[in-house]
Amino acid sequence: MKETEVELLKLIEKDANLEAEKIAKLMGKSIDEIRALLRELEEKKAILGYSTLIDWAKVLDVEEVTAMVDVKVTPARGVGFDKVAERIYRFPEVKAVYLMSGAYDLSVSVKGKTMTEIGNFISEKLSTLDSVLSTTTHFVLKRYKHDGIILHDDDDDDKRIVVSP
Amino acid sequence: MNKTSYISKQVADLKPSGIRRFFDLAAQMEDVISLGVGEPDFVTPWNFIEQSFHALEQGYTSYTENAGMLELRQEISGYLNSNFQLSYNPEQQVIVTVGASQAIDLALRTVVEPGDEVIVVEPGFVAYVPTVSLAGGTPVTIQTKPENDFKLQPEQIEEVITPRTKAIMLCNPNNPTGTFLSKPELEQLSAVIEKHDLLVLSDEIYAELTYDEDYTSFASLPDMKERTILISGFSKAFAMTGWRLGYAAGPEEIISSMVKIHQYTMMCAPTMAQHAALEAMKNGKPSVQEMIESYKQRRNFIVSSLNEIGLDCPNPGGAFYAFPSIQATGLSSAEFAEQLLQEEQVAVVPGEVFGESGEGYIRCSYATSLKQLDEAMERIKRFVEKRI
Repeated sequence: MKETEVELLKLIEKDANLEAEKIAKLMGKSIDEIRALLRELEEKKAILGYSTLIDWAKVLDVEEVTAMVDVKVTPARGVGFDKVAERIYRFPEVKAVYLMSGAYDLSVSVKGKTMTEIGNFISEKLSTLDSVLSTTTHFVLKRYKHDGIILHDDDDDDKRIVVSP
Repeated sequence: MNKTSYISKQVADLKPSGIRRFFDLAAQMEDVISLGVGEPDFVTPWNFIEQSFHALEQGYTSYTENAGMLELRQEISGYLNSNFQLSYNPEQQVIVTVGASQAIDLALRTVVEPGDEVIVVEPGFVAYVPTVSLAGGTPVTIQTKPENDFKLQPEQIEEVITPRTKAIMLCNPNNPTGTFLSKPELEQLSAVIEKHDLLVLSDEIYAELTYDEDYTSFASLPDMKERTILISGFSKAFAMTGWRLGYAAGPEEIISSMVKIHQYTMMCAPTMAQHAALEAMKNGKPSVQEMIESYKQRRNFIVSSLNEIGLDCPNPGGAFYAFPSIQATGLSSAEFAEQLLQEEQVAVVPGEVFGESGEGYIRCSYATSLKQLDEAMERIKRFVEKRI
């Protein structure tokens, strides 16, 4: 059972758009089995959502701006870093928050339309939080690879000869 | 007066490969979806490529030992041991070659005397018959039958045995049928082989690409190691076709004789490819596993699609080929392939190029992206619906 679950999840992790019918054929199962399994995985929150990876630069004139912010914080007694992390991740501008080992505590990814917008968010909302000691902001200049997918990779044509023994 | 031909009779008499003719046809067309390719659709895993860069940067640009870098032979020997329970001494019983193709050529030239008969099983890889001829031998073909799922039967070997029969070439899993021979089936063959004291050239290039049952290497069967030349390589399971790197393992006497030919005709396999292969042996397993899983899924997909379309297709146990019957369309395999190419721009290989019993079948390689495979199945469906 576990193997089937893993196989299914790996398939839709690569392509969330894959139809149940095709998954069924690929895995040698019936469509009903696949649908039931998908429901089950959604219910137990192994599948948290189906998102699409978009290269916005292809559609919008101005690319969105992303900043990675290194945040040093004072952990609170009893709840450690979780409480302050929650104060931060609840902001819709914040796209990701990770607790890190090393020189700082939280790595926060922030998205906005402009650098000013992000700058304002950091100076007004993030750095003013009581437990935040300091922030260091790095703006992303170019995305090469995101979540395992290489962006701007137009060179995906088949280089093999058409027929070979 | 006729101009003298400088071409040797032996070469002049070689039949041009049927694949070649079909390649010329397909190569002229645009937007072809090809199910005609006998190689992985994956690019070589990055760590293998990167290791080769590193070796070049370090200045590894010279020849290696004739038989291949000892470190690589040691890795190959260890790999054969842990995967197929075989034990070969890397110093005397393993040779690294330029693709498994060269290993086949070397093995044949090493053992065949003029007039010796070598049994070739068809439908089979297109190079076997010509390489036997070029080695001075006489190829004797056995046609496997669809009613046996194209599995070689022991009595078929008995039928072609003569006092001149020296060797038999086996390919498991088989190109083009994808047929997989299980351990009991191989044991039945080994009994006949032992009875007639045959040498076995066991082409195991697709050994890793088996999907339902564990693989048994022919040389691992009782008493078979001494009469088997195991031939394999990095092309298929490791997605390294263009690197041209294969190997053979076998009895010391045979391997050292193969090295003798190799040292005069090839010196050694390409050094940068050997370094990439070293990385493949040491750290390639996760990539190979991932590719195997993907081939298995696509095998399931293509087999169920072809059967839905009405092209009867048994489930192939290995390699990356489906070999459906196209007899329901009333076309010959060459007609089917040509018309499909013209009408729907899908390239498949007519079964007849792999031997006469391949007539009525086509080889569809599923080493192509799911998207392309899906589209190809739609097109084949449209094509077949007009004919049955």
